[in-house]
Amino acid sequence: MIAETGHYALVLALALALIQSTVPILGARLRDGALMNVARSTALAQLLFVALSFAALVMLHVTSDFSVVNVFENSHSLKPLIYKITGVWGNHEGSMLLWVSILALFGGLVAGFGNNLPISLRAHVLAVQAWIASAFYLFILITSNPFLRIADPPIEGRDLNPVLQDIGLAVHPPMLYLGYVGFSISFSFAIAALIEGRIDAAWARWVRPWTLVAWIFLTLGIAMGSYWAYYELGWGGWWFWDPVENASLMPWLAGTALLHSALVMEKRNALKVWTILLSILTFSLSLLGTFLVRSGVLTSVHAFATDPTRGVFILLILCIFIGGGLTLYAWRASALKQGGLFAPISREGALVLNNLFLTTACATVFIGTLYPLALEVVTGDKISVGAPFFNLTFAPLFVPLMIAVPFGPMLAWKRGDLVAAAQRLLAAGVAALVAIAMLWAWTGGGSTLAPLAIGLAVFVIAGALSDLAERTGAFRTPFAIAARRARGLPRSTWGSAFAHAGVGVALIGIVCETTWNSEHIATMRPDDVAKVAGYDLKLDGLTQAQGPNFREMVAQFTVTLDGRRLAVMTPSKRNFTTRGSSTTEAALLTRGASQLYISLGELTGDGAIAVRIYHKPLVLLIWLGPILMAFGGLLSLSDRRLRVGAPKPAKAMRGLQAAE
Amino acid sequence: MRKLIAISFVVWMAAFAAPSARAVQPDEIMADPVKEARARDLSRELRCMVCQNQSIDDSEAPLARDLRLLVRERIAAGDSDSQVIDFLVVRYGEFVLLKPRFERQTLLLWLLTPLALAGGGLALWMHGRRRAKSGAGDDRSEPGLSAEEEARLQRLIAVEPPPENPA
Repeated sequence: MIAETGHYALVLALALALIQSTVPILGARLRDGALMNVARSTALAQLLFVALSFAALVMLHVTSDFSVVNVFENSHSLKPLIYKITGVWGNHEGSMLLWVSILALFGGLVAGFGNNLPISLRAHVLAVQAWIASAFYLFILITSNPFLRIADPPIEGRDLNPVLQDIGLAVHPPMLYLGYVGFSISFSFAIAALIEGRIDAAWARWVRPWTLVAWIFLTLGIAMGSYWAYYELGWGGWWFWDPVENASLMPWLAGTALLHSALVMEKRNALKVWTILLSILTFSLSLLGTFLVRSGVLTSVHAFATDPTRGVFILLILCIFIGGGLTLYAWRASALKQGGLFAPISREGALVLNNLFLTTACATVFIGTLYPLALEVVTGDKISVGAPFFNLTFAPLFVPLMIAVPFGPMLAWKRGDLVAAAQRLLAAGVAALVAIAMLWAWTGGGSTLAPLAIGLAVFVIAGALSDLAERTGAFRTPFAIAARRARGLPRSTWGSAFAHAGVGVALIGIVCETTWNSEHIATMRPDDVAKVAGYDLKLDGLTQAQGPNFREMVAQFTVTLDGRRLAVMTPSKRNFTTRGSSTTEAALLTRGASQLYISLGELTGDGAIAVRIYHKPLVLLIWLGPILMAFGGLLSLSDRRLRVGAPKPAKAMRGLQAAE
Repeated sequence: MRKLIAISFVVWMAAFAAPSARAVQPDEIMADPVKEARARDLSRELRCMVCQNQSIDDSEAPLARDLRLLVRERIAAGDSDSQVIDFLVVRYGEFVLLKPRFERQTLLLWLLTPLALAGGGLALWMHGRRRAKSGAGDDRSEPGLSAEEEARLQRLIAVEPPPENPA
C-alpha cells in the first residue's frame, strides 16, 4: 500500500508539473495574472506530492519491505537504521527520486519566497523549472521506478554495497544534489529572461542568492565526498580525477565563475550576455554530471548502475535542455543590450580574468573527462586520461588565477589603479616571500615547487586579510574605530575575504600533503614497532569482532611520540557476508591539522599482517579550505543587500544591531 | 583489441572473486630506495587496465600487482624510465598510460587548454577594443520599465522612509 501510494503521488507530481509547465506561460502571453499564479500553487503542491513519494520510499526501506525490488536489492533487515535511511539514495532509483525531490524543493522555495519577483518572471521561471521536473518524473516513472513490486517477496534483502554503509552516504549525495539541482534555478532564470527578452541588474540580484545557495552546497558536497573517499577507500588519496568527481567539479568551476560574473552584472550592469550563457552552461554541466553518473557510460569507482535504456533517456533529456537552452540563447541573446563600460584594469576586469581562467579550467576538465569516450566512439581506440594529465594542465591555470585573486577586491569598479593595489598588497607579498624563504631554509632546498606554491597560498590568505585591514583602517586608526568599521562592513565583504582565504588554506593543505607525506609499508607481527615521521606505532595485536551485518578483524596500535603514549588506533577490515565483499576501515589520528593514517592489508599465513601507515602533514586544511569558502558564501548570503527589494528590513536590521 | 578486452574482462572478474590485496605490498618493494622511488613514480603514471581509472600504484587488483612487479623487473634490469614505459605500451597499448602521449589523435586533448585560454583572451581583447571604439557607454539603452513595474515603483516610493543621515 505504501509503495502504491508513493508511486501514485509521483504520477500526480508529474501531472502537476505538466500543468505548471504550460498554464503559466499561457498566462504570461495573455497577461492574465490568475493563470500566471497557477505556477505558484502547482509548484507548492508538486513539492508536497514529491515529498510524500520520497517519504513512502524511506518508509519502505525503514520497515524492510522486501516485496519492493528497490528495497530487496539494496537493504538488509540487520542493517543499522541510519543506513536503512541513507540506503534510500544509495542506489539509482532512489537517488533519482532524491534528485527530483530537491528540484521540487527549489521550485517550492522560489514559489514561496519569490514574492518580490515580477509576476511574469516568476511564472516563466517556475514553468521552466517544471519542464525539467516533467522530464525527470517521466524518466523515473518509465525507466527507474523505485516502487516496483516482486511477485514472490523474498525473506531477506541483498544488502547495500558495504562501501556505501558509511555516514558519508548520509551527507554527501544530498549535499551534492542540493548543489547540482540548485543551479537549475539560475538556468530557469536565464531561460525566463531570454523568453521575456528583458534582463537587467535586478535580474542578477534575484539570481545571485540562489546561485550562492547551490554553490555553498556543492562546495561542501565535493569536500565531504573527498574526505569520505580519503578515509573509506583506504589508500589515503583524496582526489582521483575520476570522471565522477570531475562531473561534480565542472559545475563547481562554472558556478564559481557564474557567482563572480553575476556580481559584475548586479553592480555594473555589464557582462549580461555572458552571465546568461554561464547560467545555462552551469546547469548543463550539472545535467551532464547526472548523465555521466547515472547512465553508467563510465566505468568508474562511483558508478554502480548500468543500463543502456536509462542512458539513452537521460541523453535525450540532456540534448533537449542543453540544445534548447543554447539555441534559445543564440536566438535571443543578441537582443540583450550591453551594459556599462569598464577599463581592463578594474574590478570588472579582474572578475573577467577570473571567469576566463575558471572557464578554461572547466573546459580542461571537460575535455579530459569526455575525450577518451569520444575517441573510443569515433576511432575505437582506447586511451586513458588520468591524474598526471590533469595535474599538468589544470594546476598551472590556478597559478595566475591565484596571483590575481587578492588584486580583485583591491581594485575600484570601472577604472582601477594597479600600482595602488600593489602597494596595498605589499604586506601580503612580503609575508609570502618570508614564507618561501623560511620553507626553503627549513626543507634544505629539497623541493623548489612546494615552497613557491605555499608562498602563493600565503599571498592569497594575507591578501584577503589586507583587504579587510584596508577597509577597516586597522593598524592606521585606533582600535575602537577599526572595530566599529569592521562591524559596519557589508557581510559580503567578509564573505569574499573568507572564501578567498579558504582557497589559500586548501592550497597549503594540498601542497603539504602531496610533498611531505610520509609512507610506511610493511608486514608487521604483534609487538612490532613502525617508525613514521617521528611517531612510534606498536602493533599490540589482532582481534576478531562481530558487527551488526559484518565480521571484522581489528588491529590495535599504540602510538607514542618521544616515549610519551598518545593514543590507541584501531584500523580494521570488515567482511560483509551477504555480498561476500570486504571494506577497509582506516584508523585516523588527528594531531592539529595533520593526521596519522593506518590501513590494513592482507593477513599472511604466519600471523603477520600487511600494514600501510601514512603521516599526512596539514592534510585537514584541504577540507578546512572549502569549509571556509562555504562559510564565506553563507556570510554573503546573509548580507541584507542580497535580500531583494524589501524596503523595511534596512531599519529593522539597524534596530537589531543596536540591541546587541 | 577485442581479445585484449576479453582478457581484461576475465581478469577483472578474477579480481573481484579473489580476496583483495592492497596496493604496493611489502614484498614488492625494491632494496634500492632510489630505484623504488622511480618505480613508484612510474606506477602513478600507469593505469591498472582492469580497474576504474586507478593507477597501478593505487590499485588492489592482482593485475596491478603483476604490472608493479613488471615495472620493478624492468628497472632492476637497467631500463630507463622511458624504456619501461615503451615496454608497457608495446605490450598493453596506449590505454596503459594515464597521461596520453602527444600524438595526432590526442592533439585536441592537449591543445584545448592553451587554445581556450588564448582564444578567450583574444576575444576579450577584441571585444574591449570594439566597445572602446564604439565610444560612449550605452547606459541609456536600458530596457524601459513595464507598466506593472512602474506601478510597483510608485508604491515603493510611497512607503519608502526618508533617507537616514549617514553616520
